[in-house]
This record gives sequence, structure tokens and C-alpha cells, in this order.
Amino acid sequence: MNMLTKCPTGIEGFDEITGGGLPQGRPSLVCGSAGCGKTLLGMEFIVRGALQYDEPGVLMAFEETEEDLKKNFSSMGFDLQGLIDRKKIVIDHVFIDRSEIEETGEYDLEGLFIRLGAAIDQVGAKRVVLDTIETLFSGFAHEGILRSELRRLFRWLKDKGITAIITAERGKDTLSRQGLEEYVADCVILMDHRVVGQISTRRLRIVKYRGSTHGADEYPFLICPGGIWLVPITSSGLNHAVSTERVGTGIGALDTMLGGKGYYRGSSILVSGTAGTGKTSIASHFADSMCSSGERTLFVAFEESPRQIVRNTKSIGINLDQWIEKGLLNFHAIRPSQYGLESHLSTIHKAIDEFKPAAVLIDPISSFLPQGSTSEVKEMLLRLIDFLKTNGITTLCTDLIHGGLVLEQTEVGMSSLMDTWLLLRSLECSGERNRTFYIAKSRGMKHSHQVREFLLTDNGVELVDVYVGTGEVLTGSARFAREAQEKAEARERMQEIDRKQLELEQRRHLLNARITAFQSEFEAEEREVKRLIDQCLSREDLLAKVNEDMARIRRAEKVTP
Amino acid sequence: MDPKLDNDHKDEVEQDEWNLRLYVAGQTPRSIAAFSNLKKICEEHLSGKYHIEIIDLLEEPQLASGDQILAIPTLVRKLPSPIRKIIGDLSDTERVLVGLDLRPAGKRI
Repeated sequence: MNMLTKCPTGIEGFDEITGGGLPQGRPSLVCGSAGCGKTLLGMEFIVRGALQYDEPGVLMAFEETEEDLKKNFSSMGFDLQGLIDRKKIVIDHVFIDRSEIEETGEYDLEGLFIRLGAAIDQVGAKRVVLDTIETLFSGFAHEGILRSELRRLFRWLKDKGITAIITAERGKDTLSRQGLEEYVADCVILMDHRVVGQISTRRLRIVKYRGSTHGADEYPFLICPGGIWLVPITSSGLNHAVSTERVGTGIGALDTMLGGKGYYRGSSILVSGTAGTGKTSIASHFADSMCSSGERTLFVAFEESPRQIVRNTKSIGINLDQWIEKGLLNFHAIRPSQYGLESHLSTIHKAIDEFKPAAVLIDPISSFLPQGSTSEVKEMLLRLIDFLKTNGITTLCTDLIHGGLVLEQTEVGMSSLMDTWLLLRSLECSGERNRTFYIAKSRGMKHSHQVREFLLTDNGVELVDVYVGTGEVLTGSARFAREAQEKAEARERMQEIDRKQLELEQRRHLLNARITAFQSEFEAEEREVKRLIDQCLSREDLLAKVNEDMARIRRAEKVTP
Repeated sequence: MDPKLDNDHKDEVEQDEWNLRLYVAGQTPRSIAAFSNLKKICEEHLSGKYHIEIIDLLEEPQLASGDQILAIPTLVRKLPSPIRKIIGDLSDTERVLVGLDLRPAGKRI
């Protein structure tokens, strides 16, 4: 089968959404309004072609001079002069001044063909960019000639097997002002630069790509040093690999609550709670835990500066500085209002791409809310989380809930996207505010359902069992008071038992004493009785002896007693 | 008609040297026509003080960028300055004369 071959632009995300690049050997049209990055796309195509794919190129500039281009692109990190010197690229500035041209009769644009042909032959170019050829329409009055010549030019490029980009200004109702899409029909790319709420976002869309599937969405992109950076999300799929490996939360008690091991690697964790409930502390613990096992962590902070986070976490005994020094922890701190949603997504992607972390913390995701409608924010986060999951990056997002909302509801409405949901809430009673903590859900593990009291101590987060008894839950000093009371009561009960035992002992003593007394009394009586018996007996003996004696005296017959 | 403007033009016409350059791409009927039209106009209006140089871009393509040549044929008036360009086969004599500043720019924009 004769498949359409593609010519990679070298712009990573762009090649991804086009399934490999621009159609090889054909012209492609790039349309967009002023300042949307058409020239940059073209220039990157040429420069990357020369550097990465060893395909020399020609850029024919109808608007900017060669010197201007060199200057402008050196700030992006492109060394055009070097490439020109090495005969890798040719930049040809075509200047047309209508005022000094008089048209007299028939003509054609063979001069342009010859110039382009000479430039192509000079370096053996495989790539050509015509930026912006529509300028010709203001240089020549005879539109009919111009159109047929352009048609001829594109066919000529095609015959030469050159992959070309033709840039064009966006028209009012058409893709390009002069309807060039009519001639360049194989691949049409639309670039866009929109400002919503004072925040600008650049987007790119492939309007049409003959003979190839392509991403149909609008893809946000950034212009940064190094060129165009396109968010390489092709689809929000649900086919990422999953891991059964666990990563520690950094909080011993929380590990225990999560089945004794912690979060799943590559899962998404949401920590939601009202202001000041300790969300960032949980995030910091996790960062500390990841870094101490030697894994890179990216901290995306929208509310606090990195130094502030480091200082604040120090107060709960976490030293993040050491990880920053070792290059394991990186901060991506940015004000939410700095960019639009799409650009935020892109910058986060870029930061992840560069740092390649094992874990990403986003503190907080609710910062995105003012940047768009809820559905837009949700969509953006969905894409972000999908991207992170696809790459096996463990993600911990915090979410600020404002008071007065239903507690088990995130403001961004995205708890369903999350694998583990930790809820922090503050309870206010008897003049104080205490934090409680529980696991609302954690997919795929046996987790605790217990509500714990959440304490921030000098040694970090502690999860204390709350007082759950007699049908009420107590925290803070109320819990403390109740516990003290219980202790007192217990002590009292113990004392009671002691007392009873002592009493028993005493009674036993008493009893024993009585027994001894009775015994000695009895013994005394016994002795007395025995003495009496002895007395009686001796008296009887005496009597008998007397009788005997008397008989003897009376000489009585011997009588037997 | 403004007499002052007329004087100006007289000055230009009275200049000695007319250096004209005709860019063509091969011997196409159009370039041959352009050359013969040019020759005729020059003989008529600049007899004896003009010089025509013909540059064939097929032979010397690198010369195309020097005078910013896109359309073929293009006639460039190098001298007297300023440089003027006239494109096409030069069949519209009236416009050629205006383009070369041999006629007051009555119709010119």
C-alpha cells in the first residue's frame, strides 16, 4: 500500500498530533492572524529540518528582512547565521514595493521561480517556507496572473518533491485572506491567538490533512526559548498502565490508614479542605517522603512562593531545602492569573517534561477556577491528570473549599477523577477550631474509615484518634477535657476497688482475731474443766481410800466397791 | 498643467545617460516582444543616449535577488535615479512612458 509519508517538523507535540509531521513532498498551508507564530512555525520547520533531519531548507521571507529574522530568532536560541555559513539554510528576503512598479502588459512570476530554484539548488533544499506569500497580492495589480502563477508555484514545488509551508494571513470569512486554501489543499493548519479576560492563549488546529488521521482539537501552545512548545496530549484516554507499588505518604499514621502502605504509585490524590486545614502540610510531607527515597518531585505552587513554602514547612519539622540542594525537589511557582488555562497546562507540561519527576504536587487546583468556566477547568485538569497518569507520575492535588459548601464536594467538581481523596475539615465548637481528617475514598485498598484529629506539631503532622464515645465526637481541648475526665473517673474506680479490698482484708483480720480469741477462751475452759475433772477424780480416790481405811478399822468384811 | 512639474521633467529628459536593464528568462515570445517594444520607445524618445542591458535569469539566476526581480519581464531604470521598475511586455507604451518618467504622471496613482 502506498502510504502517505510524513516529514517531521521536529516540533515534538506537533508531530504527535499530525501523526508524524507534514505531508512529505507537498505544500501545507499555515494560516493565522498577525503575531500568532506562523513565521516561527515555518522557521522551526526549516531550522530543525537542517539540524535534526539533515534536510536543508529555504525560507523565503516576504515581510521581514534577513537581518531582522536573524536578530529575532537568535533570541529564541536559533543560530541562523551559523546555519547559513554551513550551507544548511538559505534565507531570501523578497521585497516588493508597489509604488516603484509600473505594470505594462503581460508578465509572469518566472523571476520568483528562478530565485527560489537557485536558493533550493544552492543548499540542496528539501524544505521550503514561503512567509507570507500573500504579500504578493499587494505588490501586483493583476490578480488573475498572480493566482495562476501561485497555482503553478505550488505544483512546481510538488514536482520538485519539496515539503513546503506556505503561511497566510487569516481572512475574515476564509482561512486565508486570498483564499490560498484553494490551491494548497493537502494540509491546512490554523493558528490562533485569543485573549480572554486579559489573558492570551495561543492555539493551533489542523483544519484538514488529506490522507491522514490527525488530532482535531485545538491544541494550546507556547512560544518559549527553543521554539514552539505544543502540549502533546493527543487524547484523554483511560488506558494507562497501573502500578501496585506503593509510595509512602510521609505521615506514619496516614500510611496505616491507607492499608499500612501509602498511596499507589501513579495514582492521583486529592486533598481538599477549607482554608488553613493543613493541605499544604500533607503535600509537603509527601514531597519530603518522595525526595528522601531519592525520587524527583515537582511542586507546582500557585499561592505561595517557594521560599515561603520552605520556611513554613520548616516550622513543622520538614526540611525541604536539602532536597532542593540535591536537585530532587523543584518548584514551579506561578500566579494563577499569569496565564490562561491552556498556557498553564502547557507550562506545567513543559516543567514536567524538563524535570521528569516521579511525583507532582499541585497546590491548589482551585486556583484555576477564576481562569475559566467550571467545565473548562475540569476539562483542563482532566487532561493534566490523564497526562500525569499516562506517565506514571503520582499526583497530589490540593483543593481549597470555601466555607458554606457541602463538605464532600470539591469546588472544581473533580473528586470522581481522583483515586484517593483525603478530606480535611475544621470543626468549631466551644470557642475553638480543630482540624479533623478522614479518607473519603481510596480506590483499590482497604482504608480506614475513621475520623482522626489532625494535629500540626513541631515534628510534622500527627493523626490522633478523636474521642468517639457516648454518641459524640470530640476534638481539641474538648477531647482533652473529656479524656482527663475519663482518666479521673477511672482512677476513682480503681481507688474504690482498692478500698473494698482493704475492707475485706480488715474483716478477714477481724475474723481471724475472733477465731483466735474463741480458741483461747475454749482452751482456757478446757483446761479448767480438765482440772475440775482431775479434782473430782482425786476426790473419788480419796473417798475410796477413806472407805477402805474405815472398813479396815471396823474390820468389816471385805467389800467390793 | 503645472509648469514647474513640466520643467522638472524636462530636466530629467535632458540628462545624458539612460541606463536600462531588461530582465528576461530565456527567449520567450513575451521577452522578445518586451525587447522590441523597449527598443522602439527608446529610439523614439531617448535616441542616442540610452543603454540597454539584457539579463537572462536562466543563465544568471543569482542576479534576480539584486534588483528584487519576481515578475518576468521586468525593466529596471538604473539611471537616472531613482530606480524604477516596469513589468510586463511593455506593450502599453503610454504606461511605459509614465513608468520611465518620460511623461508627466497624469494618470499615475
